[in-house]
Amino acid sequence: MIDFTFTEEQEMFRKAAREFAETMVASKVPEMEETGKFSDDLVKALGEAEMMALTVPEEYGGLDLGYTVRMIAIEEISKVSVAVGMMLQVCALGIEPILKFGTEEQKKRYLPAMAKGERIGTTAVTEATGGSDPTGIRTSYKKEGSDYILNGRKCFITNSHIGDTITILAKDSENPKAFSTFIMEKGMEGFKATREEHKVGMRGCNTGELALENCRVPAENLIGDEGKGMRVALAAIGDVGRGGMVGCALGLQAACLEASIKFANERILYGKPISYLQTIQNKLADMKIDLEAGQLLGYRATSMQDKGMRSSNEFAVAKYFTTEAAQRAAKMAVDIHGGYGCMEEYAVSRYLRDSFVLGPSAGTSDIMKVIIGRWALS
Amino acid sequence: MLKIIVCVKAVPDPKEAHKIKIDPATKTLTRADVPLVLNLLDKNAMELALLLKEQLDAHITVLSMGPPVAGNIVKECLALGANQGFLLSDRAFGGADAYATAYTLAKGIEKIGEFDLIICGMASSDGSTEWVGPEMAAFLKVPVVTRVNEIVEFGGEWWKVKASLENGYRLMQVKLPAVFTVSRELNTPRTLSFSGIIKARKKEITLWDLNELGVLEETVGQKGSPTIVSSLATVNSKRIAEIISGTREDKVEQLVQKLADAAVI
Repeated sequence: MIDFTFTEEQEMFRKAAREFAETMVASKVPEMEETGKFSDDLVKALGEAEMMALTVPEEYGGLDLGYTVRMIAIEEISKVSVAVGMMLQVCALGIEPILKFGTEEQKKRYLPAMAKGERIGTTAVTEATGGSDPTGIRTSYKKEGSDYILNGRKCFITNSHIGDTITILAKDSENPKAFSTFIMEKGMEGFKATREEHKVGMRGCNTGELALENCRVPAENLIGDEGKGMRVALAAIGDVGRGGMVGCALGLQAACLEASIKFANERILYGKPISYLQTIQNKLADMKIDLEAGQLLGYRATSMQDKGMRSSNEFAVAKYFTTEAAQRAAKMAVDIHGGYGCMEEYAVSRYLRDSFVLGPSAGTSDIMKVIIGRWALS
Repeated sequence: MLKIIVCVKAVPDPKEAHKIKIDPATKTLTRADVPLVLNLLDKNAMELALLLKEQLDAHITVLSMGPPVAGNIVKECLALGANQGFLLSDRAFGGADAYATAYTLAKGIEKIGEFDLIICGMASSDGSTEWVGPEMAAFLKVPVVTRVNEIVEFGGEWWKVKASLENGYRLMQVKLPAVFTVSRELNTPRTLSFSGIIKARKKEITLWDLNELGVLEETVGQKGSPTIVSSLATVNSKRIAEIISGTREDKVEQLVQKLADAAVI
């Protein structure tokens, strides 16, 4: 029989993440909204709360709690700040390629500090010429002795400027069909973060460009086999990246619903709270249905992932559904709030802006449909 | 080694308080739909115990009385850093007032064995009597300090603590073993940690029912409670909007009069 319930321990992990979000994250949101910068204190707090250690095995300094607990944590944090949920989820994108494809030496060298949050992780695939279709990237590598020389430019990279350990996809300059993934470290000569983006939402979550100019990378930084890096990068994005986005979207959906219920119970119209009006109840019901369905899709996928099963198609479905639902939920939440929904004092205006950043991250909804269509036809 | 016992209570989640209803027949609270959480002031009690454990050689035991689901809050305390947990759970314990609760907890403490310090929140968010701590001290025949808001000197045989009053504080010197009931101002409770939850996997919760506790049924629960609830009522607070009309001067005069009548000014 299928068990759709969380264990008592998973509920306790949810409580721990919620307490962290309420006590440590909530107070930082106004500052992040105003400055557009991620809080250094929050980076430290996330590390101390072991938020980056969830999927890292104990032998590398992690907690080995798996992907369901990771989604629980991201969901709870995103209820308070999707920007922080996004920053956290992308840290795992830096960790995953090393964890799944790295050598024992690489794992011992990088993972303990990444698990502690002492080194912030991210991954860099997207470029102006390729993201959803990574074969279109132009960042290249060329072997020189035992080293590699990398040149190119990555864009829309989350944690670009705050990241310390970054896994990066590049194309063989002499063979356009061969791709490799490298571990880059902040401060390497010829490697730097350049332009910082100003997004419509998720303010405070750092996004920007990375430039590589004749950057010499030692062979020991190559992840997996040379020429087989596409698999390394896509494995991280397909399951972990989309799973993270599902967590962010579920958190945002829940926040929209909670804010809407609160407002609808407090706002009096025709002598009664507007929650008595069927038209408002319909919106709340739609949001609730989407949230329930999204949780089933999302946690079904993480449950498969925790069992070691292939789950990228299931994550594509969950990612499509939850990020689209989050946009619907944010629109309905703003509608329920009426004029107040347009005021920045009310969190729902932020939710609406944040919801539009969920779609393109880790693959747009249209790309998810391409993947899901292929799955249906296979 | 300092032996600390922290008494904790599972109370209806204050965030879901609007779901609590009064059963007019039994005059009790109907709270089946409301999740139970660790009483907020008991978190301050746990925090004091944990801070003492960090500075002294201490062992923390958590004790609660409640339905089996209250085991979750005992588990939570184990995840926060307590060493062992006990839950007193039996249908016969149900409906206990402060006196019967204090008696049952005192019996549990006697069965656990020796202790140096018992800490509990000064009140529960559902009952708010502030009686359980002092009554428990009376049953155990040890001194009690209520509303502790600062530990001034600790570690020796005699401890010095500040206890809050409405307009100040009392500076108290107390010899252990003793009971402290603590106020919110005492500290800022820590939050649960992921690794704490993992460590709690290996910590056991001991469950004691009426027989294992060795008490008579008529001394516990509703039967052992001298308190009689004569009535319970829901207080409805509604906002009333009133439009004042007239000239500007009239409106100000009327408004001032209404505020004065309502004792606002």
